[in-house]
Amino acid sequence: MAAAMGEIEDKLAELTQTFRSGITKSVAWRKNQLRALIELLQDNEDKIFKALHQDLGKHPVETYRDEIGLIKKSAKYALSCLDKWMAPKKRRLPLLFFPASGEVVSEPFGVVLICSAWNFPINLALEPLIGAIAAGNTVMLKPSELAVECASFLAETIPLYLDCKAIKVTNGGVDVCEQLLQQKWNKIFFTGNPRVGSIVMSAAAKHLTPVTLELGGKCPAILDTLSSPLDIKVTVKRIIGGKFASCNGQVCVGVDYILVEKKFAATLIESLKTTIKKFYGENPKDSKSISRIINEYHFERLRKLLEDPLVADAIVHGGLLDKENLFIEPTILLDPPLDAEIMTEEIFGPILPIITLNNIQESIEFINSRPKPLAIYAFTKDETFKKQIVSGTSSGSLIFNDTLVQQLCDVLPFGGVGQSGIGRYHGHYSFETFSHEKAIMQRSFFLELEPRYPPWNDFKMKFLRLAYDFDYFNLLLLLLGLKR
Amino acid sequence: MGSEEETKKKNEVFDAEAASLFVKELRGTFASGKTKSYGWRVSQLKSLMKMLNEREPDIVDALRQDLDKPELESSIYEVALLKTSIKSALKELKHWMTPEKAKTSITTFPSSAEIVPEPFGVVLIISPWNYPFLLSLDPVVGAIAAGNALVLKPSEVAPASSSLLAKLVGEYMDLSSIRVVEGAVAETSALLDQKWDKICYTGNSRVARIVMAAAAKHLTPVLLELGGKSPVVFDSGINLKVACRRMIMGKWGCNNGQACISPDHIITTKDFAPKLLESLKNELENFYGKNPLESKDLSRIVNSNHFARLSKLLDDDKVSGKIVHGGERDKNKLRIAPTLLLDVPRDSLIMSEEIFGPLLPILTVDKIEDSFDIINSGTKPLAAYLFTNNKKLKQQFVETVSAGGLVINDTAVHLAVHSLPFGGVQESGMGAYHGKFSFDVFSHKKAVLSRGFIGDVPVRYPPYTKGKLRLLKVLISGSLLGIIRALLGWSKA
Repeated sequence: MAAAMGEIEDKLAELTQTFRSGITKSVAWRKNQLRALIELLQDNEDKIFKALHQDLGKHPVETYRDEIGLIKKSAKYALSCLDKWMAPKKRRLPLLFFPASGEVVSEPFGVVLICSAWNFPINLALEPLIGAIAAGNTVMLKPSELAVECASFLAETIPLYLDCKAIKVTNGGVDVCEQLLQQKWNKIFFTGNPRVGSIVMSAAAKHLTPVTLELGGKCPAILDTLSSPLDIKVTVKRIIGGKFASCNGQVCVGVDYILVEKKFAATLIESLKTTIKKFYGENPKDSKSISRIINEYHFERLRKLLEDPLVADAIVHGGLLDKENLFIEPTILLDPPLDAEIMTEEIFGPILPIITLNNIQESIEFINSRPKPLAIYAFTKDETFKKQIVSGTSSGSLIFNDTLVQQLCDVLPFGGVGQSGIGRYHGHYSFETFSHEKAIMQRSFFLELEPRYPPWNDFKMKFLRLAYDFDYFNLLLLLLGLKR
Repeated sequence: MGSEEETKKKNEVFDAEAASLFVKELRGTFASGKTKSYGWRVSQLKSLMKMLNEREPDIVDALRQDLDKPELESSIYEVALLKTSIKSALKELKHWMTPEKAKTSITTFPSSAEIVPEPFGVVLIISPWNYPFLLSLDPVVGAIAAGNALVLKPSEVAPASSSLLAKLVGEYMDLSSIRVVEGAVAETSALLDQKWDKICYTGNSRVARIVMAAAAKHLTPVLLELGGKSPVVFDSGINLKVACRRMIMGKWGCNNGQACISPDHIITTKDFAPKLLESLKNELENFYGKNPLESKDLSRIVNSNHFARLSKLLDDDKVSGKIVHGGERDKNKLRIAPTLLLDVPRDSLIMSEEIFGPLLPILTVDKIEDSFDIINSGTKPLAAYLFTNNKKLKQQFVETVSAGGLVINDTAVHLAVHSLPFGGVQESGMGAYHGKFSFDVFSHKKAVLSRGFIGDVPVRYPPYTKGKLRLLKVLISGSLLGIIRALLGWSKA
């Protein structure tokens, strides 16, 4: 259901009016909305399972783990912290200004636009929404049109639970996006690919609208050679968990490719094959525990990546493509050419290249010669190597010995750097990303400093030099006439 | 260097190719890790301090040439403020660079987490003409403290300052990581075509849009420090003399009104206006004498363009007859006297753009509370000021007026308070700096989560079952009791 420009402008006008009324600033309103959101999730769990299954073939466990569960947790966390987040933060001022007080007050930006992606269509719409509401804004939510059932669900269900004068959903395709981007927003939050991220930021520039861009990149997993079979087993499970077991590789922070030493590659591949079989059975196509590719366009995109003969030659496991069911089985490549598209573009699918190195230390330079990713994963017990990775690479986040779990941490900022994004959210960072931090300084009329005023002379110059140096001792001497 | 070589250098055009080479060199330096070291950052900050200590007379001189800035303003509001900034950075740097531990929950047990600050890489800093040293070097302090390499592009509208900055950076700073590019639109465009890891722009909102659009092409984050019409609301029942003096300092005492946080206009009640006007006139005379055009304690207007712009505001038909004090101009000396206007129409030119000069309109309202509606009907300014003793009015002001920063019972001083973030909102800017905020704005805060190999929870993995769903629900909720019950098979979920 595409919306006409007039409809968008009307919705925006209402959101603006609602914001101006001041209702969203009250802590009661914000808490009510967050509670209503939790209720929405609790009442509609089955509907959400169904929608995600229809859009992406996601199993309810994945849907709960990656969407419903996370949002419930975030909403509850925001509810419990809201009073603290909203409280003004007192700041100390230099003695020079005595008597004075300083504080920083968080205020909502106003009317915000949230554009979400199709791979986690509930999570990526509602997680930013939590932040926007907590911070007291009114919101226009634009879900991705590619996840059709979820977009419908959000448009139908949100007005039943949330304040429809303050939170609106607009569905539609590229044309609707363009129309939305032409409007003046007080903040835009976008999750998607870098190409569109750039378009969003350009549109925002026309109105000097601040943006948070959650983009993607090729997230590498560095595998140091591990000696303990148990550690290897856990590592492989976690890698598969961070690739095929989350929307079948269609994740911005999913493992894109692996870096491993030549001598360890064979062991790794064997272990991967065994674990894939354990998770998905002999014929992953028949497994209900693995998601589908979102649509034909992305299916074709992925198929083309494998068409390159040198890439096809590198397949060591999998490679089955079923267009009718939009299914691609977990596929592993060994050393595809580094200049092939599969190694230059974000894969966003169930194909896992393994790149071998002579020495695992080379992984740092390998990663640094490419755009900064949203996440880097490193499996190692070597504390020195860990330190080298921390200081020697740059990414949105860095996880040791696991994948994807940073989503569960309310206390860690989630965001990219360079091509992988601008800004961050989750936990109180969500609140911050939708707030303007307003500085407030209060003085009294008592205690005037005469030397502050012209006409200027040497004494006043001396005085002010000492004052701005906060050199109170010498200042006192000067005032008492004791300083030469 | 002989004069022939100097001429040749001057004639070399700084185009996109030259800019690209610059960036490449700086990237090389950054990749070497040089700027990341604590030692390098401290050495550069100390060099900056040395430069300010040794060359203050040159700086004062350049500012006199560019703006006729009074020596005191140059020494205090440019040099001294910078030194404070550097001192504070040197003192706090180790602490700022230390990763911040983050508390993890039982959901990811066992794990440890921290937030590690890292430099963005190569940053571009574009600065304005009104405080050419402060607004160039204060962001530079932040960029260096955060470990970046950088290019500084000072404003060509203050040519003596721009030239001196280029010279001083060349003499005191590490040229493999810090460069100055002088020039105007062409050079700035060449720079903006490049891919930077962060851009800091201080200036007006028109150019800010161009900067942000250029940054968008490369997904470069930006810090925009802009301006706006910063209003001053005058309530009655205050110490009028003190209030007026403080207001005058924020206006004419700051580069003769040519400052982003200068009070732009006053809003007061019809009843209070006459008293306010009297007091302002008195204090203006106390500070600047009977012939303010001759006063050495006032900056001049920066150039003939701005002089013409300000003249146009005064010549606007809508404001003729509204001038109640001052209005004298000297085109040759580029001087305009402190000028007060009373009750100008809201649709006059002077009320539709940021004045950035020594003209001060006074708007009157019936009730003082009406002033907040007027402020909120315009674009959000960088600062808003209120003089009052009324607690309720203060509260209302803080709650309803949105601006970069608010000051009650003073003007402009928040610039010197490093514990407060300094920045705008919407039309007045995005991002903030000063103190630790400078370090933060030039850093990427990387989340680092470390887990062990034990504590693997099978419920995460396929094949998925209803049982796993039950367990997952409690695990994600983080409820310890729920987890124990579920593991023992007692959960009802």
